[in-house]
Amino acid sequence: MGTNRRTFLKVGALGALTLAAGGGLYRYLQPAAKQQRFILDGEAKAVIDAIVPAMLAGALPVDPAQRAAAIAATTGRVHQAILGLPLGAQKEVQDLFGLLALAPARRFLAGVPGSWSSASEGDIGRFLQDWRFHRLGMLQIAYHALHDLVIGAWYADPASWAAIGYPGPMKELS
Amino acid sequence: MSNPNTIPDPIAAGLARGWNVIDGASLTASRGIEADVVIIGSGAGGGVTAEILAKSGLNVVIVEEGALKSSKDFKMREADAYPALYQESAARKTRDKAINILQGRTVGGSTTVNWTSSFRTPTPTLDYWNKHFGLASYTPDALAPWFLMMEERLNVSTWLTPPNENNDLLKRGAARLGIPAAAIMRNVKGCWNLGYCGMGCPTNAKQSMLVTTIPSALDHQATLLTGARAQQLVFKGDKVDSLVIHALDASGLAPNGHTITVRAKHFVVAGGAINSPALLLRSGAPDPHGLLGKRTFLHPTVISAGIFAQRVDGFAGAPQTIYSDHFLETQAIDGPMGYKLEAPPLHPLLLSTTMAGFGAAHASTMAQFPHVHGLLALLRDGFHDESRGGSVALASDGSPVLDYPISGFIWEGVKRALLSMAEIQFAAGATSVLPVHEHADHYTSWAAAKAAIGALPFKEHITRVVSAHVMGGCTMSDDTKLGVVGANGRYHGVANLSVHDGSLFPTSIGANPQLSIYGITARLASTLARDLTGKPAARLVA
Repeated sequence: MGTNRRTFLKVGALGALTLAAGGGLYRYLQPAAKQQRFILDGEAKAVIDAIVPAMLAGALPVDPAQRAAAIAATTGRVHQAILGLPLGAQKEVQDLFGLLALAPARRFLAGVPGSWSSASEGDIGRFLQDWRFHRLGMLQIAYHALHDLVIGAWYADPASWAAIGYPGPMKELS
Repeated sequence: MSNPNTIPDPIAAGLARGWNVIDGASLTASRGIEADVVIIGSGAGGGVTAEILAKSGLNVVIVEEGALKSSKDFKMREADAYPALYQESAARKTRDKAINILQGRTVGGSTTVNWTSSFRTPTPTLDYWNKHFGLASYTPDALAPWFLMMEERLNVSTWLTPPNENNDLLKRGAARLGIPAAAIMRNVKGCWNLGYCGMGCPTNAKQSMLVTTIPSALDHQATLLTGARAQQLVFKGDKVDSLVIHALDASGLAPNGHTITVRAKHFVVAGGAINSPALLLRSGAPDPHGLLGKRTFLHPTVISAGIFAQRVDGFAGAPQTIYSDHFLETQAIDGPMGYKLEAPPLHPLLLSTTMAGFGAAHASTMAQFPHVHGLLALLRDGFHDESRGGSVALASDGSPVLDYPISGFIWEGVKRALLSMAEIQFAAGATSVLPVHEHADHYTSWAAAKAAIGALPFKEHITRVVSAHVMGGCTMSDDTKLGVVGANGRYHGVANLSVHDGSLFPTSIGANPQLSIYGITARLASTLARDLTGKPAARLVA
């Protein structure tokens, strides 16, 4: 709990403004058609790739190669899950990742100092924990969206089932 | 066990017989259709209405936003089932995103994905409607023949197979505390006891609208439009002139630019709570007292997870077979909030996203998945001044948004419900109990759980609240100051418009609502058929 944490806690109302402005700014920079589908651009992918290991700590495989493959596959399933949401919700998620990709938001709202791709699992874990209990409802909501997307994507995958002792549905019918 | 390959597919067979089904995605131009009656929605209310009207000789068009699926599509996989069969991929939420709502979006509506629990409308609920909304004709005796007809039609019957461990733990824990619990009736025929009702029944055992009333209506020359979003009722004078439908693209998410305009003598709105009031709001339906969309109820639901030494395997076996109404019946209906206790089926995606927290703590709970026992408490909302439900409004794109503030009155009920569930789970032998709350922990004794739950802060976003029962929003009352729809289902001030779904209910039901919708809409549809044909309505038979 060093400087980052204190800086993070101070943002308060400023953070709310930044978040609102960030979403607006992001939309302005990406003048999308009103009903456009979610696009997993490089920045959004970097954010999800960074969040997956912290959200799924204790569930992901330990072997580095398997772990990297599992993270990539989970990010892919998060993408698929977003594409199944109503277009309005896809836009909200696009705004969230667009915001997180902005350096000031990453630094002051998420408390992640460098780039997403260089953030440590500890940095990301602290960011998630802060948003989980944040007094700004908007950030709590964003935490829950990330929670449900990433954790849902992991446990939806039959490859995750053996580790939790779930046999899966009857094979003859599935 | 029979060969799964021999499971008959009633949808494929019907299509082969020449059912008139039009998928919006297949349209290459806009078009018009004429009908006697257009029914918007194919769930519990729409399905029952469609069969009664079609069998009574009326030319019926059924409009469904979701897709037509069948048992061959139901592979018991959450990742496929939620996007394909539920509103908003099973992630529909209230405006502040504090409550996650499970609601169907497919032919058969929520009946295609519900857990088969069947209860007649509780007498105290009907008494309350009579006293506060003037619904004198909604007595248990008056409704009994309609419930009986629908119970026979849908094979609602006593489930003779022993409960799975997830349900039996509720029974055993309650018994040890002297709390009465009883068996749930189910609308199934030849059920394989698999436990995947929520992903669409792969064996057609569940007697949902998908395999009962809708096929019968189609066999009686009804037309079914799928991938078809009812956008607007067009009013002319005191009548609805037509319904404008936006055909959806193959993803089912966006309009493809083609419309279908249906002209009919009568229009029945049966899109379910949230969607029905939203359609009426988009259409500018008369609402002189500002009631439309108000009093929308959810049975706000909270969850408690127990860990047991033995395997519970909450994913296997009929999902809901035991319930307790003890905490509904031991206090006044208009007193502190009562709640119904049931067990939910546990599948990896839904359980993991419902459980609080992340990282190692979350993973260690999930690692015990086969040993997890789930209990849920459905809070009976709508019977108290401090429980007036939520309000449906329209987003800028015309889609519905439900604002449902959770009052201190409700949170007080939440706390008692979490306490009751933890006590029952410890009485049943739980080694630990985890109330689903961001600040809660695995408690290893009833004393510890009692103290901790008593001290938890109850607020949105840190307390997990979900809903699988959306009701109200088109309140039924002959008093136009209290409701937008009369006791006969006719929309006030419009000559040819009815509402036939759970949005009619002036309060929540206090039980899983499917049988309430079946019985009540069967009566409404039978009266409507008689009014439109001048002859007695056809009776539904098994």
